[in-house]
Amino acid sequence: MTQISVRDVWKEYGEQVVLERINLEIAPRSFVALVGPSGCGKTTFLRMLLSQEVPTRGDILIDGVPISPEPGPDRGVVFQRYSVFPHLTVLGNVLLGAELKGGGVLGRLFGTARRQAKEEAAKLLDAVGLSHALDKYPAQLSGGMQQRLALAQALIAKPKVLLLDEPFGALDPGIRGDVHKLMRKLWHEHPMSVVMVTHDLSEAFHLGTRVIAFDRRRNLPEERLRYGASITNDIEVWPRRVAGNPGFGKDPNPPRRDDPATVDGQPDRDDPADAA
Amino acid sequence: MRLINRRPDRTSWMLLAALPFVAVLIAYALGSAVRLAENPSDKLLPGLTSFVDAIDRMAFTPDKRTGDILLWLDTGTSLMRLAAGIAIAAAGGLLVGLAAGLLPYVRATLAPFVTVVSMVPPLAVLPILFIMVGLGEASKITLIVVGVLPCLIRDLMLKIDDLPRQQLIKAQTLGANSWTIAIRVVLPQILPRLIDSIRLNLGPAWLFLISAEAIASESGLGYRIFLVRRYLAMDVILPYVAWITLLCFLMDLGLRVLQRRAFPWFEDARAGS
Ligand SMILES: Nc1ncnc2c1ncn2[C@@H]1O[C@H](COP(=O)(O)OP(=O)(O)OP(=O)(O)O)[C@@H](O)[C@H]1O
Ligand SMILES: [Mg+2]
Repeated sequence: MTQISVRDVWKEYGEQVVLERINLEIAPRSFVALVGPSGCGKTTFLRMLLSQEVPTRGDILIDGVPISPEPGPDRGVVFQRYSVFPHLTVLGNVLLGAELKGGGVLGRLFGTARRQAKEEAAKLLDAVGLSHALDKYPAQLSGGMQQRLALAQALIAKPKVLLLDEPFGALDPGIRGDVHKLMRKLWHEHPMSVVMVTHDLSEAFHLGTRVIAFDRRRNLPEERLRYGASITNDIEVWPRRVAGNPGFGKDPNPPRRDDPATVDGQPDRDDPADAA
Repeated sequence: MRLINRRPDRTSWMLLAALPFVAVLIAYALGSAVRLAENPSDKLLPGLTSFVDAIDRMAFTPDKRTGDILLWLDTGTSLMRLAAGIAIAAAGGLLVGLAAGLLPYVRATLAPFVTVVSMVPPLAVLPILFIMVGLGEASKITLIVVGVLPCLIRDLMLKIDDLPRQQLIKAQTLGANSWTIAIRVVLPQILPRLIDSIRLNLGPAWLFLISAEAIASESGLGYRIFLVRRYLAMDVILPYVAWITLLCFLMDLGLRVLQRRAFPWFEDARAGS
């Protein structure tokens, strides 16, 4: 299982302190939602988890081992944009993960191996609802379809940690609901931890097991430069969600909308989003 | 309606496109008629019949001395040189551009050098080429390569820089190494852009070819133009210029079609980003 430890991490760009004193233990199979005002360093934090940036101070460890200094297949990612390859079809984009992993110097698979990889890719694409668009190019897809494609593409590499940077920010609310359902299903089915940056608090509580807020503790104009953001809130989402167990914490017979409130059936604050 | 929103329909579009061509032809015909009326043996603006004669002589009748049909001979040799030069430049540009665009160590080593070399006016090194590789085919092809290659390398490097950084990161998270990133992610995306670069460099390539042929050659389109210039043979020069223009246009068109056929994703992707 994958435990992520962030130990006293600072990030500075020149004079500017962006993040300071970030300490975090992320339990295996967590779904961490990262929120915070624009420019507070959420993307920067994600980039450090990805090894796209190096912390100025501090360490990031996965299962007690410092993360490799360059991005690797243990950590998958979906960016807000440009996550998929424009020159490959939908199927080709997902297949690429398998081909890069097992395709040797040519980065291509042939024969049985290719057929198997294709089947696996098609299954993933079916799961994200893109089985009707296998031969399309990304430029022919809508924004939501592109993000679902990016998810499938990241998942075929079987990452231990999936990093998402505002993956659904550009989607309209209707599609977003569908993609949320999909996201939660994928998290239940794949043995991975998820760290997702979002601007949308309801999305954070809707999907996460834990919501972490970054903010600046000192925000006067003259303090901006030398004080960075750190963790200001760390909220365990309740009722608890457990990976691999979609029904956990849910009442099998929830009261209907106009039923009287009961104390014994629903002792805790319920999450209206979960009722759906 | 605002001028920026007013568009000609298809027929007017074609009429408008033809207009400048027709205007030039009419201007020429008028000028030619005026001069020929004054002096029937005028050579500067020959009339239609002289052109027909000249084209017949150059393109359809074997040369009395050698038995070759000169236009085809010239076209063949010129196109060979051009194709060889551009092919070598494209292959080299792709190789060096890819290496320098992707690998910081190669870039640090080569980028400043290529930048400086691309500032050297290629025609200024032509004498050096004649001295070093002789007057044969090699010097002409080399001139095209020397003139075009640095531009291609720099252009491809910039185009690799323009690929979203996220793609390279993403490929690494999918388990790619430097080599597989080069051949599976960057190369296929750079090839259609290479075609764009080549199209832009066709003009310079022809310029270098014709210059080299004009100075030292026994055949070739550029050689012929400069040869007949001694006799003020406008009736040969003008059709040759038109022919070169047509060839250049067709090459450009061919490359564009190749780009669309071989890289069907490219047009949409370019419009989308
Ligand atoms: N490469 C860089 N060089 C210098 N400063 C940077 C760099 N990247 C980010 N920053 C700075 O770090 C701060 C945090 O940026 P970051 O992109 O992490 O914010 P964010 O929380 O993701 O914001 P948003 O919600 O708007 O995406 C910003 O003030 C930004 O100017
Ligand atoms: Mg961001």
